[in-house]
Amino acid sequence: MNAVETNGLGKRYGNAWALRECTLAIPAGHVAALVGPNGAGKSTLLNLVVGLAAPSAGIVTVLDGQPAGSAAALDGIAFVAQDAPLYRNLTPSEMLHLTRNLNRRFDEGYAKARLRDLGIPLERKAAKLSGGQQSQLALTLALARRPQLLVLDEPMAMLDPLARHDFMATVMAAIADDGLSVLLSSHVLTELERVADFLVLVSHGSVQVAGAVDDLIASHRVLTGPASEADAYAERQNVVHAQRGEAQAHMLVRIDARTGPVPPGWEAHPVSLEELTLAYLREPSAAWLPGPGALRLEPIEVSN
Amino acid sequence: MTIDKPPRSEGSDAASAAARQPASPIAFRLDPASGVPTYLQLVQQVEHALRLGYLKPGDQLPKVRDAVASLAINPNTVLKAYRDLETKGLAAGRPGQGTFIRATLSRVALPELAELRRSLLLWLATAGAAGLDDDGIVALVTSALRDFRERRGVAEGVA
Repeated sequence: MNAVETNGLGKRYGNAWALRECTLAIPAGHVAALVGPNGAGKSTLLNLVVGLAAPSAGIVTVLDGQPAGSAAALDGIAFVAQDAPLYRNLTPSEMLHLTRNLNRRFDEGYAKARLRDLGIPLERKAAKLSGGQQSQLALTLALARRPQLLVLDEPMAMLDPLARHDFMATVMAAIADDGLSVLLSSHVLTELERVADFLVLVSHGSVQVAGAVDDLIASHRVLTGPASEADAYAERQNVVHAQRGEAQAHMLVRIDARTGPVPPGWEAHPVSLEELTLAYLREPSAAWLPGPGALRLEPIEVSN
Repeated sequence: MTIDKPPRSEGSDAASAAARQPASPIAFRLDPASGVPTYLQLVQQVEHALRLGYLKPGDQLPKVRDAVASLAINPNTVLKAYRDLETKGLAAGRPGQGTFIRATLSRVALPELAELRRSLLLWLATAGAAGLDDDGIVALVTSALRDFRERRGVAEGVA
């Protein structure tokens, strides 16, 4: 089952494509990080997934084939937009009342217990709560809907390190309890490195990398060796990005079953997720997308 | 994911505290600067605790949910670490209860460990007095350990 599936998805604002030719499949049960520079198309993709925007091209489905924005999809998804949007003049208790009455499913007991555990005063206006409390309140309202897919747009941008930790701990504990899938975006990869087990990298409006983190790490290496041999070597290898000094060169390469042994005089090192992401962002023409097993490329049947 | 699912109470503190009994003898920590993958850090901490006698067969490892909530890491990471420990024969999952230690890495009881530690500290003091710094001590111990292993390997007929 896929939590999110897109095929040829695109979104145009006026003449400009914010996102185009986006084809990917995020399996359920993952914490997927959507990473890319500012303006790469992350929020556009998230808005399409949750049904707040309609595609200009292609198809997007969620939770095993439900069209994004359909009643079934909306029931199973909770979305927290950037900067924890709350009604500033309402108190948490008023917002609980509101959310309960606007949703078909809402676990008020969970929400109240959670807010009490966090020490968030129920009768104080949202505008008077700290940034950490506001984001925890927005997250609690989202989780109390008992979603199968939780979508978070830049959830931690405003938070201090302790609030970030507490926020992420809440999300991870919800996954341990309910097994929900999570899709969250950030332009800071490091804050997602510990939690994400699936990476989607977007830049310039297209998906550059999509895959399980373990697969990505296992299929890339950094090779270090003499710069004089780098060109000859690069012709035979899948080089994503190369850094060269006068004498020494570092090449981040993609390896597979056909890749031969490391040539004499060269050293192979495992790659970190951050290094890998930076290498792809520096080389917009390079892409790592899942093989045919992981992705259905045939048109997806839309069912209601 | 159904492993270690605690009973969902309506937030009653007493009930959730009771659900966490019995607690694990150890708690995990993470070193973000170590460069060691998170799941491996958890595995190594369990092995370390086994060697030092903090954990013994029958002890429960931290519940997945508790580890996740305290470290803010992906539950799959904890599950991966526990699977690794199971593959090594050190731990076993009990459905609905959690993961428990089933073997030990330490064949030495705690009092003997304390005695060994005392004699090692004496040796360290001697080495320090002779002018060795920390790096020198580590280098000497590592090299001596290698010799010791090689000799023992020969004696036991292991390549």
